[in-house]
Amino acid sequence: MRTRGRRLLRTVFSEQAAAIALIVPSLFAVAIFVYGFIGWSALVSVSEWDTVRPDYTYVGLRNFRDLFDNFRFQIDIRNTVVFTVFFVGACLVIGFVVASILDRHIMGEGLFRSIYLFPMAVSFIVTGVVWRWLLAPRAGVNILFDKAGADALENGWYTNPDVVYVHASSPLGEALQAVGLGFLADANFGIPLAMFSVVIAATWQMSGFVMVMYLAGLRAIPEEIKEAARVDGASELQIQRHISLPLLRPVTLSAMIILGHQSLKIFDLVVSMTRRGPGFATDVPALYMFETTFQGNRFSHGAAISIVMLLAVSVLVVPYLFWSLRKEARL
Amino acid sequence: MLRKPRIWLLAVIGVIAIGGVGVACGEDGEGDETPTAAATSAATGTAPAGTPSALSGELEVFSWWTTGGEAAGLEALFDLYPDQCSPDVEITNATVAGGGGAQARQVLTTRMLGNDPPGSFQVHMGKELTDTWVTTDYMEPLDALFAEEGWEDVFPQGVLDIVSYEGKPYSVPVNIHRANVLWYNKKVFADNNLEPPATFEEFFTVAEALKANGITPLALGDVEAFASVQLMETTLIGVLGADAYNGLWTGETDWSGAEVTSALDTFKRLLGYVNSDHSSLTWDQANDLVISGDAAMTVMGDWLHADNKAKDFADSGWMPSPGTAGIYDALSDTFGLPKNAPNPDAVNCWLKLVGSKAGQEAFNPLKGSICARTDCDAALFDEYLNSATDDWKQDAIVPSLAHGAAAAPGWATEISDAVTVFLVDQSVGTLQSRLSDACQGADVCQ
Repeated sequence: MRTRGRRLLRTVFSEQAAAIALIVPSLFAVAIFVYGFIGWSALVSVSEWDTVRPDYTYVGLRNFRDLFDNFRFQIDIRNTVVFTVFFVGACLVIGFVVASILDRHIMGEGLFRSIYLFPMAVSFIVTGVVWRWLLAPRAGVNILFDKAGADALENGWYTNPDVVYVHASSPLGEALQAVGLGFLADANFGIPLAMFSVVIAATWQMSGFVMVMYLAGLRAIPEEIKEAARVDGASELQIQRHISLPLLRPVTLSAMIILGHQSLKIFDLVVSMTRRGPGFATDVPALYMFETTFQGNRFSHGAAISIVMLLAVSVLVVPYLFWSLRKEARL
Repeated sequence: MLRKPRIWLLAVIGVIAIGGVGVACGEDGEGDETPTAAATSAATGTAPAGTPSALSGELEVFSWWTTGGEAAGLEALFDLYPDQCSPDVEITNATVAGGGGAQARQVLTTRMLGNDPPGSFQVHMGKELTDTWVTTDYMEPLDALFAEEGWEDVFPQGVLDIVSYEGKPYSVPVNIHRANVLWYNKKVFADNNLEPPATFEEFFTVAEALKANGITPLALGDVEAFASVQLMETTLIGVLGADAYNGLWTGETDWSGAEVTSALDTFKRLLGYVNSDHSSLTWDQANDLVISGDAAMTVMGDWLHADNKAKDFADSGWMPSPGTAGIYDALSDTFGLPKNAPNPDAVNCWLKLVGSKAGQEAFNPLKGSICARTDCDAALFDEYLNSATDDWKQDAIVPSLAHGAAAAPGWATEISDAVTVFLVDQSVGTLQSRLSDACQGADVCQ
């Protein structure tokens, strides 16, 4: 008994020692190269550093005040919200629909699954270049529409400068003013149409990934539950709505987090596809951060933008991490 | 059950992390060596270069000239180096691709801040150099070199002013480009019985006639924001004139004044005559519209001339953009000497070469630009470049905003942001107040 106990203790101990030994280097690396640099960025964001010569004079939250006063940053926030909502929404809907269809064990399922998943293997830069050509006003999709006689569908895509918003003079705008929400009747609370081109490209790339997540989720739902529903006379749509969707809620949440944090810090796709767009219609904070830091040499300004982006992503990811850690602990 | 796989996962992460640290340290180590080398060579003295053959070691020249005539021009300069300086110096051609140098500047910034400066680097003359690197004390003054080579007499005063800070020059201009050129399709003008416009009044008359005939009057391609900023800049010059335009950058001209309002109104009118898909085209794609005759004119810098030649476009005509006759809106690629540069003697000789008649005559015909010097041999250049050279010798020289000469990078970025919004909302009042704010933000206006 005693020797066995000791041996057990020794294995446990040595296993732990190995684990700790293995984890220490990465802990150091992460502490320095991730958290250290985050801290450094935070320090720069409250400094006066706006030339190439570092200057750590403390200026408090001035950079953040300037930032939220800045017209370009206000437009960027609007764009990020619009992009996130439509991109995540479209990916979830398309992913779920395609997964439901594939879940019927249709012929050539493996082939379709690969085809839908393939775009994910491409980098956002490549996606951006390809869709930039496909959606160029004088090329690609517009020519297709032209040849097909669907002239009405031809449009400027990402060159379209229009922003759809509630005009202050419209009936709805006046109603908003009456209830004290007049500030909403502003282009900064509108939807830039050019952004939809970017949403299309991003959705093309990422909806396959959501599809795979949903497909795995659907396959994990016990057939018996669906059988029982069918016996009770539920239609297939009702089964999807009342059985699959609720059971897939964890998958939906995971997909939303993964897509959401990606869209909040999107950069590569926009850079290769549209850049700032007409009147900043497709500008995003990461692009602004890049330009103001590396072209304008305003390092403190750029650091402030990156800190705001970090906070935005944290608001999304941190509760999710807690949630999933708690769930893991329960297992 | 789960423990084993997780340990393996941790092991893999650990190995990757160690690898990462190793690589990072390796890079650091390299970075550390260069300054030491620089210090040693600096200690041996920047004293007169002595006999050229005494030079040895390495010379790293950093630029964004990677393709076409610019790369060929750079190679031509490198080919002259062994004769003019020393055959024992090994030249490293450090280039970072990307038009206008946006990517290159970022790499350069990283290296300069990391105390790993190249021997010499390409930089636009003017504020892009001075407000980035000179005021922050990263560059060596070149007054001794300019005096020794007698460059005060061969470069026009206007350009010496632009490359100098507090009376000392900090970089050697190798070429000159002109931003305020109106390029037009001669055939389109002949077919429509029109004359290319010299003033804005003439421009708007011509533009109306062209529009009535279904031709886009003015082609613009501003995927890269500089194109629209440059159009505004040439409009400002055309309406304000050289002195008032120069005053914008020193605080002497009021950004919120009536003259600027009138210039911005003209800019707005101009935008009424551009192609609707301008935000999806690059400047050379806009030029394709002129070449094909879909558009009649475009206002672009004279690097467009090389594009026309490459595309065998013979019907190209040119003149100063409306209202800017007698004014040369200049930008220039220059080279300087960073502090702590490795092998400064070799760099010094490189700068001599860049500013020399032989160097500029080798470089510019290939690049498609004119010499910054006024004594180059006209026979080496084509018709356009000779006409530009004649203007260069007599015109009033003003700094280009869109190409880093006129305003500090941060200020220029803010102006470019305001213009981007203006292209869509077309509100002159908003644009003017933002431009005025930007001037105050740059501590130039009160």
